[in-house]
Parts: sequence; structure tokens; C-alpha cells
Amino acid sequence: MSEKVLIIGSGPAGLTAAIYAARAGLEPLMVEGFERGGQLMITTDVENYPGFPDGIMGPDLMEQIRKQAERFGTRIISSNVTEVDFSERPFRVSVGSDDYTADTVIISTGASARWLGVPGEEKLRGFGVSACATCDGFFFRDKELIVVGGGDSAMEEALFLTKFASKVTVVHRRDEFRASKIMVDRVLNHPKIEVVWDSVVEEVLGDSLVTGVSLRNRTTDEVTRMDVDGVFVAIGHDPNTEVFKGQLELDDAGYIVTPKGSTSTSVKGVYAAGDVADRVYRQAVTAAGMGCQAALDAERFLEHGA
Amino acid sequence: MGQNTVTVTDSDFASAIASDTPTLVDFWAEWCGPCKIMDAPLDELAGENEGKLTVAKLNVDENPSTMGAYSVMSIPTMIVFQNGEEKRRLIGARSKGQLKSELAEFLA
Repeated sequence: MSEKVLIIGSGPAGLTAAIYAARAGLEPLMVEGFERGGQLMITTDVENYPGFPDGIMGPDLMEQIRKQAERFGTRIISSNVTEVDFSERPFRVSVGSDDYTADTVIISTGASARWLGVPGEEKLRGFGVSACATCDGFFFRDKELIVVGGGDSAMEEALFLTKFASKVTVVHRRDEFRASKIMVDRVLNHPKIEVVWDSVVEEVLGDSLVTGVSLRNRTTDEVTRMDVDGVFVAIGHDPNTEVFKGQLELDDAGYIVTPKGSTSTSVKGVYAAGDVADRVYRQAVTAAGMGCQAALDAERFLEHGA
Repeated sequence: MGQNTVTVTDSDFASAIASDTPTLVDFWAEWCGPCKIMDAPLDELAGENEGKLTVAKLNVDENPSTMGAYSVMSIPTMIVFQNGEEKRRLIGARSKGQLKSELAEFLA
């Protein structure tokens, strides 16, 4: 028998969709993916999610939303989707050798951290190169680090890393940050943080452990070497849509295309919510909002076939 | 913590990895989200491969000297030891399927 609603992904978008679908009696099945909880699982304090005046830890927030989804009967599979077929209904979603069919699918697979793609980076990943300050900051007590990036997540990582590091240098390719003002002010006023503007990392240096980076100034083209023990990369995210290529319309950056104000995709009955379809806002609360919309859209489709 | 895994510390680490039976040591911490993701896959892997692979957990907060000795700078890091020697190192969370294929030679 086909599922009424199958949800792929378990960040704020997917779990909120599950809460709404479950409360509507649609008994959603969620394929949560092995990176369950999504990007919030690797963040620390979330200060901008409504309802938590003192902030909440990212993993705790996800645990609570997950409990709320389970309370209303969401069933959860802890694996990654390996293949989908949206060419006919019911849609087919494969998890390894297990096939599931569903009348509607909500995609909320989120986005993953982007790497620099420079020499030395991949070899030294886990040996001083990291994209997760909350996981790895602990290992850099009294060390000197750089954080690459200029958005909110770069600011958050830099501030978090000051708890451990003796000095944090933020390297940014432009001459101003795109992060929110409150975060930028905290970074610029922090005694342990310095900023190198207009610069990019050309290479990560070191044989078995990171020993430094070479930086190129984009305005002068001057290349300098900086001795550091760690490189934290926070230059943005790419949507997790590999498995949907050829099945749904994606834009040039790989995001699922949805019309403004809707979660509909190029296939009727398939909906997208959260960072996988949002290149503008990318917040926990906007993802949750889109998850709600997707569940309501799916419910309406099941009732009226439209 | 899973029922199929064992806990190792700085003080019993050397004896824990000395066995001829491969021992996978999972370096983890309470504050590490991706480490929590690995709890279930590692517990299942241990349960399915009893006698072939021992899965041990080492808390990096409580056991700094082992962490330093093996230059662990990112968690989760999983190192397979056999007869006291490092045989394989996996850095970062992965699915049980991925673990099984990467560790196939130890599970045969």
C-alpha cells in the first residue's frame, strides 16, 4: 500500500511538515537520512528561533521538534534515500534495496557545507581543516586559527572558536561581511578576532597537520603566508539534490525550483521545503514555515487532486 | 550508549587495542552532534559482527592523553586498531552502509 505522505529529510522543514501531516491524520513516513536533524545538529546556541527567550542549543531544538513529530505518529526510517522515480504516481522512493511508494512526497533534504576546493584542503580534513566549529573547536585550545567566510555562520564559528583558540582570524573575500549586524558587531569588537579583508585562501599548508595557509589579496594580488594550526571553512552551502537530478526542475545552483509563495515543484504531488528550495532566507524558522506550507499543500492535493 | 559497545579510557587504552581481534575506537564527546548520529550505526555494527570487530567508545573530554597521542583533531574520528597498531582511520559521520563497506576487510 502506498504512503499518503512521504517526507525526505529531518531538519526543521521536514519535521514541521511531519507534525502538520501527522496531525491531519496522514500518517507520514519520514526518511530522515543518516545526518538526522540537519545543520542545526552542528550549531550551538540558536538565539533567533521564536519561543526560546534564553536561546536553545541546536541539537536540543531538533530533539524537541522530533519528539513533537513522533508524538502524532510520524514513522521514521534512519537511512538515506538512494533513488527516486517521480515519473508516475504513486511515486517511488528507494532506500537501498527497500522501495516505498507514496501519493505525495515532501523534499526537505537541506544543504551541506561547501568546501574551498584548494590544494591541501582535502588531505588535511580532520587534521586541522574543519567545517564544524562545534565539533572540532575543542581540539584547538590556545592555537591560532582562521575562519574563512563572511556570513552568519562564519561569524558564529569565529565567536565560538574564541572559547578555545588564542587568536582567530576571519578571512573574507570582500571588504564587508554579509552577516547580520549583531553578529558582525560582535566579531569586530572581539579582542581575540582579527579580520583579513579582500583575501582568499590559495592553499592549505602542512604535511600531516595544518601548519599554515597561503592567502592572496584580491585587490593587490599579493600572496602571503600565515602560520595557523587550524582552518575552519564557512563559505556557504550547496543544496542536497543529487538524487533528484533528472526528476525535478533544479536551478543552476542545484536548488529545487518552486514558484514564489508555494512549495510546488515541477512534478504535481511533489513538494519542496527548507534550504533545498530556498536560496534567499535559509533560516530554521523559515524552513519550518515552508515545511508547514508543504504539508498543507500535500493535504490539499490528496483531497482535491490539485 | 549502545549495549553492544564497550567504553575505553586513557588507563585501559593500551590493553584494549592490543587484541588480535580488530577494535574500532570511536572518539566522541557529549557536545558533538555528529557523534550522536554515530551511536546507532556503531552499536548495530558491533552487534552484527560479534567476535570479528570490537567497538569501543572513548570520550575525548575525559581522556585527553589518548586523544593527543593519536592527533585526533576532529570528531567523530573512528580508528581501527589490531595488535596495538592503527590500521584504518575514518573521520566524520557516515551511514552504517558506508561503514560496512569501508571496514569490509575487518568484517570478513
